[in-house]
Amino acid sequence: MAEHQGLLPSEQPLRLLDESGVPVSETDLRMPGSQRLLEAYASLVIGRRVNDQASALVRQGRLAVYPSSHGQEACQTGAALALADGDWLFPTYRDTAAVVARGVDPVEVLTLLKGDWHAGYDPYEHNVAPQATPLATQLLHAVGVAHAARLRGEDTVVMALCGDGATSEGDFHEALNFAAVFRAPVVFFVQNNEYAISVPLAKQSAAPSLAHKGVGYGVNGERVDGNDAAAVLTVLEDAVGAARSGEGPRLVEAHTYRMQAHTNADDASRYRSEDEVDPWVARDPLLRMEAYLRKKRVLTKARQTEITERAEAVATAMREGVNRDVQPDGAELFAHVFASPTPQLTEQAAFLADELSREGN
Amino acid sequence: MATEKLSMAQALNRALRDSLAEDPAVYVFGEDVGPLGGVFRITDGLTAEFGEDRCFDTPLAESGIVGMAVGMAMNGMRPVVEMQFDAFAYPAFEQIVSHVAKTRNRTRGRVGLPMVIRVPFAGGIGGVEHHCDSSEAYYAHTPGLKVVTPATPEDAYHLLREAIASPDPVVFMEPKKLYWAKDEVDFDRPSPGIGRAVVRREGTDATLIAYGPAVPTALEAAEAAAQEGRSLQVVDARSVVPFDDETVCAAVRSTGRAVVVAEASGYASVASEIVARVTERCFHSLAAPVRRVTGFDIPFPPPKLERFQLPSVDRILDAVDDLQWEDQ
Repeated sequence: MAEHQGLLPSEQPLRLLDESGVPVSETDLRMPGSQRLLEAYASLVIGRRVNDQASALVRQGRLAVYPSSHGQEACQTGAALALADGDWLFPTYRDTAAVVARGVDPVEVLTLLKGDWHAGYDPYEHNVAPQATPLATQLLHAVGVAHAARLRGEDTVVMALCGDGATSEGDFHEALNFAAVFRAPVVFFVQNNEYAISVPLAKQSAAPSLAHKGVGYGVNGERVDGNDAAAVLTVLEDAVGAARSGEGPRLVEAHTYRMQAHTNADDASRYRSEDEVDPWVARDPLLRMEAYLRKKRVLTKARQTEITERAEAVATAMREGVNRDVQPDGAELFAHVFASPTPQLTEQAAFLADELSREGN
Repeated sequence: MATEKLSMAQALNRALRDSLAEDPAVYVFGEDVGPLGGVFRITDGLTAEFGEDRCFDTPLAESGIVGMAVGMAMNGMRPVVEMQFDAFAYPAFEQIVSHVAKTRNRTRGRVGLPMVIRVPFAGGIGGVEHHCDSSEAYYAHTPGLKVVTPATPEDAYHLLREAIASPDPVVFMEPKKLYWAKDEVDFDRPSPGIGRAVVRREGTDATLIAYGPAVPTALEAAEAAAQEGRSLQVVDARSVVPFDDETVCAAVRSTGRAVVVAEASGYASVASEIVARVTERCFHSLAAPVRRVTGFDIPFPPPKLERFQLPSVDRILDAVDDLQWEDQ
């Protein structure tokens, strides 16, 4: 029983900073060093800029759609920063900012939404899996990558992301169970942003918290304030450290909020009121970290300017890259179905090529 | 090694053993495949020989098994997973269709998934419900999956070795009713490879096209027809995806008549696809419309009724009789 108690998450989400950026008095949680927090802050600012630039590109008709993580940047940043170079990140469609924070070129990330191809980046370049659109399926892939690494004696850790809605999917449960049974070094990081498109958390789960779901699998669960970048970073770093040292998987639930609609194609006013959204504006993860770092005099005006300029440079590159029209080659449709095309695909490729050549005339 | 008399189950076991021994990236896992050796004993002795890391039992969750295999394949391994029975693979359907089949394409060729999903399939063993489905069409309809099915122990050995060595994911359909039939296996004979059909019996009057569990039935029918003075050629398609149009169509053109034999329900089936392909390509060589002998469009029957669902020698011969011989 005592051991099971240890699996349960804290009563309240762990915190280092309150909503105004003041350190909370009673906590055992380690505060990251100033330089680390400055790095996290820069990543937050860039993540926010990436989110808002991508949303703007949707309005301009350059992207088909963009599921924004605006307001969840502390989670996005923390997920990427907690990992070492050789580790893996398994993101969902809403985790573009995390993928960018891991080092992937945002224009390559947006290939999917630009419509040029599906996954636009090389997963092996930064050890970032393609963004998953099906819910929770990628969590099992994360377990497989981690298990393979462990079998080879490597100390790789895998960070697997999903949202609150995905915790209802069967694959979420299978992934936690498999990871626990095989002691696979996976950190399951649930960004509970309160909504699965229109369905609120209360209709998604009757569990005391999503982190409680770990106990049924023998997985240690933890809850963290998802808008407190310092706390998210520490909790995830600790989880990654535990996984790396052979303690098996961890489940971390971040309590955050989806500030915008599911995507630009969604109308959030149909299922939630402004009164509900308003309090979350004050809980913005950027404002909180900024207030703390300013007070500590770590974030000087010069540094702030430099960070803003970096974010603007990323946004400019995004605009240029996304606005660059690329006409994908129809012949490529047949190139990656198998390692080499079957006779049938060769025939179909020739058919399309012929059709295109006649169109050209 | 030369030649040995083996059952298909033993030949499959040998293929797994040889693959595990030759390639340290090969891992075998699934439900009951460890110390038990699988419910059909295909993985018999592998855990003892190669250790618990290389051949291991998983929790009982098919989506989990296939999903984990996807991750292992992403990370440099060649997983070979067992779905205990055809219908037990359905919980893994999303993983198979959305990830196993699409990952190479989604990633523009950067991430291939060299993995094998072994599926004991089809009836003929008196199995109760959910144990006898012919599910090949679901996989064959999904671009990105190779789908093969052996009909002889020798083919089982070579096809499984080739499936494991393939850079693409392969759904390996094992006809359970043929697991125990023994035949000579020549390990040294060059294999036709995935994507090739073979002519199992020469004949001049009509061509029977079959795969997996229907092949021995087609051969029996050809033998019976020979007694009656009709010479039937039998083609074993072996590879449902990619399909060997060349061999199949050459065979059909040589006789001018064809019957496709398959155990699965006929509607929207692999058999239908073969009929369409043969008709499109061989129309001017055909003396009669291509016929099908398939299962009825019903859920697989209970054991006492399954004989009505399985292609039989009589049904094949009746279909052959229907091929407009009076026009000759």
